[in-house]
Amino acid sequence: MNQRFRIIIQPLDRIFTKHVRYLIVLLPLVVFVSLGVIYQSSNSKEPDRPSSDKASGSASFSTQLRDRCPPGFELTDSNTCECRHMYQQYKNLQGAGVGGLQAGLPEARDGFSPQQIDLGRLLFFDPVLSADSSTSCASCHKPEKGFSDGRGRSMGMHEKPLQRGAPSLWNVAFKKSFFWDGRASTLEEQMQEALFNGDEMGNTKDSLLAALNNDQAYQLLFNEAYPENHGGQITLEEVYTALTAFQTSLISLNSRYDQYAHGNHNALSEREIKGLNVFRSSVARCAECHTPPLFTNRQIAVIGAPAADGAPFDEGAQATFGDSSLRGGFKVPTLRNIAKTAPYMHSGAFTTLEGAIRFYNKGRGHAVPEGENLDLHWLIHNPDLKDKEVKQLVDFLKTLTDQRFKPQVPEQLPSGLPLVHKHKRSS
Amino acid sequence: MKTILSILGALIGAALMFGVGFYVSQFLFKEDVPPPPPPDYFSETSGGSRADLTGGDQKIVEVRDGESIRNAVADAEPGTIIRVYPGRYNETIFIDKDFKIMNYKGNGIMGQAGNNFVIRNNWVKDAGIYGIFPEYGKNGLIEHNIISGIADAAIYVGMCDNIDVRYNEVHDNVAGIEIENSRKVLVEGNYAHNNAGAIFALITPGLPIKNCRNVIFRSNYVINNNHENFGEPGSIVGKLPKGTGIIVLAADKVTMENNIVMGNDNVGIAVTDLSFTDNMDKDPKTDPYPDSLVILDNLMANNGNNPVGQVKTLGKARMSYKGLDILAMGGGKGSCIKDRSRYRTWGLDGYGACPPTTTTGIQSYMLDKPAEPRDVDKEREGKLVYYGVCSGCHAYDTRLIGPKVTDIQKIRADQQAR
Repeated sequence: MNQRFRIIIQPLDRIFTKHVRYLIVLLPLVVFVSLGVIYQSSNSKEPDRPSSDKASGSASFSTQLRDRCPPGFELTDSNTCECRHMYQQYKNLQGAGVGGLQAGLPEARDGFSPQQIDLGRLLFFDPVLSADSSTSCASCHKPEKGFSDGRGRSMGMHEKPLQRGAPSLWNVAFKKSFFWDGRASTLEEQMQEALFNGDEMGNTKDSLLAALNNDQAYQLLFNEAYPENHGGQITLEEVYTALTAFQTSLISLNSRYDQYAHGNHNALSEREIKGLNVFRSSVARCAECHTPPLFTNRQIAVIGAPAADGAPFDEGAQATFGDSSLRGGFKVPTLRNIAKTAPYMHSGAFTTLEGAIRFYNKGRGHAVPEGENLDLHWLIHNPDLKDKEVKQLVDFLKTLTDQRFKPQVPEQLPSGLPLVHKHKRSS
Repeated sequence: MKTILSILGALIGAALMFGVGFYVSQFLFKEDVPPPPPPDYFSETSGGSRADLTGGDQKIVEVRDGESIRNAVADAEPGTIIRVYPGRYNETIFIDKDFKIMNYKGNGIMGQAGNNFVIRNNWVKDAGIYGIFPEYGKNGLIEHNIISGIADAAIYVGMCDNIDVRYNEVHDNVAGIEIENSRKVLVEGNYAHNNAGAIFALITPGLPIKNCRNVIFRSNYVINNNHENFGEPGSIVGKLPKGTGIIVLAADKVTMENNIVMGNDNVGIAVTDLSFTDNMDKDPKTDPYPDSLVILDNLMANNGNNPVGQVKTLGKARMSYKGLDILAMGGGKGSCIKDRSRYRTWGLDGYGACPPTTTTGIQSYMLDKPAEPRDVDKEREGKLVYYGVCSGCHAYDTRLIGPKVTDIQKIRADQQAR
């Protein structure tokens, strides 16, 4: 028995010890060559979006999108997520969603499927959307910085400062115009500039589509999010829709201020209530434009805020509307999560909330450059607030922080690329 | 022949007498005819209160000089009456409860999104920018207030619906009563004198609510509003010339009836589009033209004696020293005027004759029932609380940060049953 066995084993043993070094070299070679062949062939033919049943060869990425709506949304029978918030119990004057503690909000942009929202979340963090895979949406809209980026002026892929700062994305579902100068009227319109502007993410429509259509994981995910286009090519509209779906899911309406507004008068401290009262007083008049509950009236105002250091005067909304009375005008930003989104104003001219408030306290037009004749908003005056009141205002503004519905940052991206939004860039 | 001559002579005589009378009457109105006496604002009979505030076993809290109104407000429960006695109170008071204010002198009263309000019997003097300023409100009554020395509007109804402004006296302000971007507002029986401009219905562009319509100006005394304009630069009223009675700026469906408009040196009633004060394209969602105005019987005389700015330029252009009762400038359509020949007008060629109509059928624009503060039932409210607040930590059937809802329901099942 033993003898016979040894006869068989011995040659194998010899072969192994003699040729193992060749195996070590050859095996990876064979693997890599065959991988190369597969890659080449998959590139040469028109890429089809495979259906999930032939998912073989897809990356190790989990292909399951969430079938649940994010917090703040109710799933309907038609698989859409509808925004639900406490302000829906109040009347809404003329659909404008402004004015006072218990006022309704304007209609939110909602009605996307849970899968579209979740796909949007993955795309939002994925640098595959940029020309050189260096930049994702989250590079300038970082969740940990109130979906802004902590810079006065944002930095695109070439590490060159852009014209203005990145606005926060919280409650973007309630906005009706986009960019500081209001030049886009939908998120879809807005994101195309970011995606395809050479200074921002620098991509082209063709190469963006090619990158996604060549990515098996994304093909599966788009199939899931858009079942009606199962197996077809990924389209730009699908990309825009998913990114819009995700961004409109960023709802922040549960701050301590909101608790106060809904009737819990102990939710704010005495100092904070004093700050609220300064905020809405007829002296400071902050609430006239930063109108609760959104803390913006969603209009354009010319306030005469200074440009960034060394930057030329910014004509703002004048360019958008061709109206000289809007020269130097910018959208009134929301103050929700404002404590998280320093520095402030379109140019980032103020690093602290106190600095931004003191701007308003220094008198009408004090920062307007010589030779500029701006049509400053009538509510810009000199409220002459005391130091104590300025500090109370700061205290109050901090009560507008609520990031409870902050979405999860994906641990892994469909493209296999690393997350880039936490990378430090040279400034 | 004789008879024919005598009839002719009589006719000529009558015509001459008429002419003399016409001339004399013009003279009279220009100089000395006093306006009818202003209404008595505090008599028992004038007006009447729609909101009954007495009766019941309400708790009454008294605040006297040196005490804090704010503390009284903080402690107030539904139904409490706070009586503030005469004194000097250096407080700004914010009331986040349902409230009514009566009999008050001091700085301005301002409110955002207060519904069902009554602002009555207040005396506001030199309060700064606004005297009484409800904003974003529905169903309110502003009556029997006296307001003076305000750098913008004494009574400023901004972006509101269903408001009555009655029996107030406004004087020595930049703007007396300003109805801005609001709907269904009745301005009746007010006495506006010596303001730079008396009563306004206007659209301010760049505000979140874009239109202003269904406004009635009725039985107001609009007398001698010739104060210097000391408005803030940048504000719309700051741009308006002094000496103007009623101003309709881009608002629609404004009806003017039974007003007495006299002695306003620029013009009695001015109708204009937004090009007058602003760039028309500034707000593409705003219609810049005043449409469908209705000018019915009004008593107008002695206006336009000393026009300024554009109106003065216009006077030179039409080569007339006679002042104007009514002036319309800029675009607008669908407006009408009754008996236009009784007024001195300019720019009303596009106005038709009004069909027989009156506003007397409209007693009030306030609602029959108070505006409901809430729109939802308990179940929906619970749903909104769950999705709007709880769902960040508690998903329905999986564990997030906190336990799942189905588990909470199990734990609480017995409590629910009870």
